[in-house]
Amino acid sequence: MDFFQLLVSGIANGCVYGLIALGFVMIYKATEAVNFAQGDFMMLGAFVMIGFGNSGYWGLPFGVAIVLTLVVMGALGYLIDRLLLRRVAGESQTAIIILTIALGFVMRFIAGIIWGHSPQSLENPLAGQELRLAGITLGMEDVAVILVTVALTVGLFFFFGRTKLGLAMQAASQNQLAAYYMGIPVKRVQGFIWALSGVVAGIAGILFATKGSVDPTTGLIGIKAFAAAVIGGFGSLPGALLGGLVIGIIEPFASRYMPAGYSQIAPYALLLIVLVFRPSGLFSQLRNKKV
Amino acid sequence: MSDALLKIQNVESYYGPIMAIRGVSLDVEQGQIVTVLGANGAGKTTLMKTISGVMDPEKGQITFDGVEIQGMEPHKVVAQGVVHIPEGREVFPLMSVNDNLSLGAYTRNDTANIEQDREMVFSYFPILKERRDQEAGYLSGGEQQMLAIGRGLMARPKIMLLDEPSLGLSPLLVQEIFEILRRLNAEQKVTMMLVEQNAAIALELAHVGYVMEVGRIVMHGSADELMQSEDIQNFYLGVQEEGVREERRWKRKKTWR
Ligand SMILES: Nc1ncnc2c1ncn2[C@@H]1O[C@H](COP(=O)(O)OP(=O)(O)O)[C@@H](O)[C@H]1O
Ligand SMILES: [Mg+2]
Repeated sequence: MDFFQLLVSGIANGCVYGLIALGFVMIYKATEAVNFAQGDFMMLGAFVMIGFGNSGYWGLPFGVAIVLTLVVMGALGYLIDRLLLRRVAGESQTAIIILTIALGFVMRFIAGIIWGHSPQSLENPLAGQELRLAGITLGMEDVAVILVTVALTVGLFFFFGRTKLGLAMQAASQNQLAAYYMGIPVKRVQGFIWALSGVVAGIAGILFATKGSVDPTTGLIGIKAFAAAVIGGFGSLPGALLGGLVIGIIEPFASRYMPAGYSQIAPYALLLIVLVFRPSGLFSQLRNKKV
Repeated sequence: MSDALLKIQNVESYYGPIMAIRGVSLDVEQGQIVTVLGANGAGKTTLMKTISGVMDPEKGQITFDGVEIQGMEPHKVVAQGVVHIPEGREVFPLMSVNDNLSLGAYTRNDTANIEQDREMVFSYFPILKERRDQEAGYLSGGEQQMLAIGRGLMARPKIMLLDEPSLGLSPLLVQEIFEILRRLNAEQKVTMMLVEQNAAIALELAHVGYVMEVGRIVMHGSADELMQSEDIQNFYLGVQEEGVREERRWKRKKTWR
């Protein structure tokens, strides 16, 4: 029954990748910028949670710490758009990419100053608990990560499909000019999307910190999440989540059944294969973008 | 002060250093359909974008319903009651017809009336009702144009700015759509500013017409007057054959300037 444990822990990892990928795609679709700091955003979310919740820091009750973390991360996303991204609006893609890469460095630096460079993990009520189902033993943390991701996905689905703001976000990402013509305040809506992606990064960070330890370089898994987004087609939110799951599942199996070292390469090998044999997922979306 | 609903005075708009609108003035009265005719590149779309706030004019005044709207942000212009139905339809391709219509009403909060207006749109464009759950990207060109107009109506506009609704459609469809525009003007009292290259159909619908060339208004009058005008007949209604066109173009300059 080893297989199922690998699978479940792979899915749980994949959920975190998928949530980071979701942030990439949301921001790309709405603003045509690729936020290369999305992984570091997640790392920051994890540390903010540790800062609020762990007994070594503020030691607030778990639920309170979660709410505060999401508020802080949402505000951070909004401010990054408001104070930085909006100033480079209209500049070349390269300028925006460099800005977000620099932002990632700054986040790592700040996290290092505040929380130090040694790995830390989140004190949480599920730590060490196990779920036994029909002879299979699953880590409670893995199960929680999966459940939270499913709930978040359903929530986002209804948000984008049913609420006025969600529809406006979709509109701004499908045809920005037409969104202006409809009277949608596109700039403000983009600010909300950054805030939402901050919240999603916060959730991803909390989930990540529940499963394992965090240090300021943790955000580099953003590269895997980026691969996940590309595999998913870089245009669809469900695609991003699926891409994350694929990568999450491949990793533990590669490390288990393939020679040492391969598990590190597996996600990128898959990325290359997808790009070579199914580039349409990536490029058709790029072509469809309105400029 | 005149009581025109939309009053444009000496507006100039630029793309970088290029002056696309060179001091345009025109009036649209309440309840009227005013058409602006002009060849490709005359500046018709730029004029519309300047009114709806997607572009800011360098100079001039645009007054709508007594409020100066030049340079205002687009969403505030929509809230004033000005709706721009853009060239090339510009529907939201991955969203359903219904969601496209809902977005047309984005600036409104009167839910009950919005649903009433959705039914009104469906009564003018029954095909949209049939296709309400389909993605807009899969509609035909004519259906997308109907959706673009319907989506505009959902804002309950005081004025609709229509940018070449006939573009790329078959003559039969153009007739159908223009007949609906006529009914909307008569029955729903929607004031319209209609930009067209297809002068024949536009003058048939409109009450008043302006002719635009290289960023300037070169002629205006009632639709009947324009239809009688020799210049219009030659250059926009295609009465003369191709051969005489170049020669006439030169002569026309004398009559207009
Ligand atoms: N985005 C743009 N950048 C630079 N010049 C433009 C742009 N759009 C239009 N123009 C120029 O402005 C002039 C007017 O264009 P436009 O308003 O689109 O004309 P029309 O709608 O009458 O065909 C044209 O000479 C066109 O080349
Ligand atoms: Mg045009």
